[in-house]
Parts: sequence; structure tokens; C-alpha cells
Amino acid sequence: MAVYERGRNKREYIHGLRDGFPIGLGYLAVSFSLGITAKYAGFSVTQGFWLSLLNVASAGEYAGIAQVSAGATLLETALVILVTNARYLLMSASLSQHVAADMKAYHRFFISFGVTDELFGIGIAHPGYLCPAYMYGAFTTSIPLWAIGTPLGIIAGNLLPELLVRTLSVAIFGMFLAIIIPPARRDLAIRVCVIVSFFASYFWNMAPFLKDLSAGTKTIILTVVIAAVASVVRPVEDEEAAE
Amino acid sequence: MNIYAYILVMAAVSYLLRVLPLTLIRRPIKNRFIRSFLYYVPYVTLAVMTFPAMVNEAASPLSGIIALIAGILLAWIGANMFTVAISCCGIVFILELILTHLS
Repeated sequence: MAVYERGRNKREYIHGLRDGFPIGLGYLAVSFSLGITAKYAGFSVTQGFWLSLLNVASAGEYAGIAQVSAGATLLETALVILVTNARYLLMSASLSQHVAADMKAYHRFFISFGVTDELFGIGIAHPGYLCPAYMYGAFTTSIPLWAIGTPLGIIAGNLLPELLVRTLSVAIFGMFLAIIIPPARRDLAIRVCVIVSFFASYFWNMAPFLKDLSAGTKTIILTVVIAAVASVVRPVEDEEAAE
Repeated sequence: MNIYAYILVMAAVSYLLRVLPLTLIRRPIKNRFIRSFLYYVPYVTLAVMTFPAMVNEAASPLSGIIALIAGILLAWIGANMFTVAISCCGIVFILELILTHLS
């Protein structure tokens, strides 16, 4: 696996381009709606571009934008990103089990940049050891679309009618549902976690004192508590954690 | 505070989360609690962020709750991310047009 023949790399790259494109279209739509949210938080078009290019994270960027709106400290913002993007730690850990042991360090650095729910998904689904050329192909047709979606949303947010703008802001939640519901269907423990999280989040917003804390703090506390309780009550089997 | 400072902090944390395991872990994680915790974290975080925010931030609570239920059903039967996201938007848009028309 250490030595690739040239033809194979090219084939893998083109295969990646093809698999990445539909993901890129979805990214463009969601990133666009993120731009509308970012506009209200005071992001300029250029800032929106850098935000999405450097983060490539739907939930993380959404949470980060909320932190900017709230005037949160940088430390709290870092903690919120740590929690909302913690799944990438898991995915990266999972990927570490799927790459050839002798894969070059610079490939590991570049591949890491594009560990998102979808790109991780096709990387893991691709047969055999993870091929860097395949991942780079998928990045090429998806990440640039994510990066331009947000600045486009910031520009268009000023031009579109208000109803359409408020409609599009729901897209990000639709994306979250598409990530959490299929595993919740498959695994009773995740299903219970999702339902408990919904209720806990709902009642938190009504509880005295708690409701005055920032949304980021709420996300951190509820995530740590609920995930820790779930881990004690129902620790995962070996094959689940490898998914 | 400068928005670029936020962007850089966010980017740094995001990248560290992605790069550290892939470069440092060369064998399977053994601790069962850590594996379980990492397994549950993404779903709990996203669920906490979705409800009730989705209902509160939609154009009206009624369209928000219907879009939420529709989104759950669509994702349950296996619709992809793009379809779920766009359908939720479509539902809010149509309901709001109807509600505005009625009032």
C-alpha cells in the first residue's frame, strides 16, 4: 500500500471526484443557509468564506456563530466547538483504524482536514485501506462548494424576502436530523439518548437560573451528562464503536 | 471582539480534533467508557441543538414543529441529508404562505 502505481492514483482520484460531487451540492445548500445565520451575527462576506473554508463543519460553525452573536469569550467558544465537533474526534479515531500503518504523515495531515460526517462516511465505505487520492478527489468536488455557500448566503440574505430567509434557516436542523435519526432507528440506546436530549433541552430553557446560561454552556453540560450516563448504563460493544 | 479571532479559535479546535487521533492513534482504543462516551456524544449534542431551537427559530412555532416531525419521519425512512434539509424548508415555506394568507 505504500507504493501506488500512477494509474491507480488517477483512477482513485477520479472516483473520488464523482462520489464527492453530490455531497458538494448538499453542502452548498446547507452552507448557504448557514450564511444567512452568519449575516445576522455580523459576519462579512469574506469572514463567512474563511469561516466555512477553515472549519468545514455544519453544527460546529452554527454553534460558533451563536457564540459570536452572544459575545461569548474565546475560551467558551473553544469549549463549545470541542463539544459540537467531538464526533470528528471519534471519526478520526475510527479512520486511524482504516488507513495503512505506513501511510505518510502529510497524507494524515491533509485527510484530517476533511473529516466531516459525509466525507468520513464515503471514506469508510470505500473498500480496502483508505486511499489518499480517493479522499482528495472527494474533497475537490465538495469542500469548495461548502466554502462558497456561506458567503453566497451572506450576500443573498440581504436580497431575499424575509420569509424565504427564515425558511432556509431551518435547513441546518434538517441536516442534524438526517445525521441523528438513522442511527437512532438502528440502536435503541441512541434513540433513548435523542429523546432524553430533546426533553432535557426543552426543560432547560424553562428552568430558572439555567435558562439564563448561554446556549453553548447548555450544550456542553447536557452533552457531557447525558453521554456519560448512557456510557455507564449501556456501554457499547466492540463492533459498535468501530462503526 | 474581532470575528477573525473567533474563526481562528474555531478552526484550530476543529482541526486538532480531526488530526490528533489520525496521527497519534496507531492501535484500537481499549477503554470501554471512553469508547462508549465518544459513541454517544455526537447524537446527544446534535439532539440538544435541534430541539427546541428548530421550533423557536422557524418562522412560526407551528410550522417549526411540523417541519421537525416531517424531518424525523423522512430521516427515519432513509432520506438523505439534502432531501431532509430541503423538505423541512419547503414545509415551513408552504405553511407560512398558508398561515399568512389565512390571517
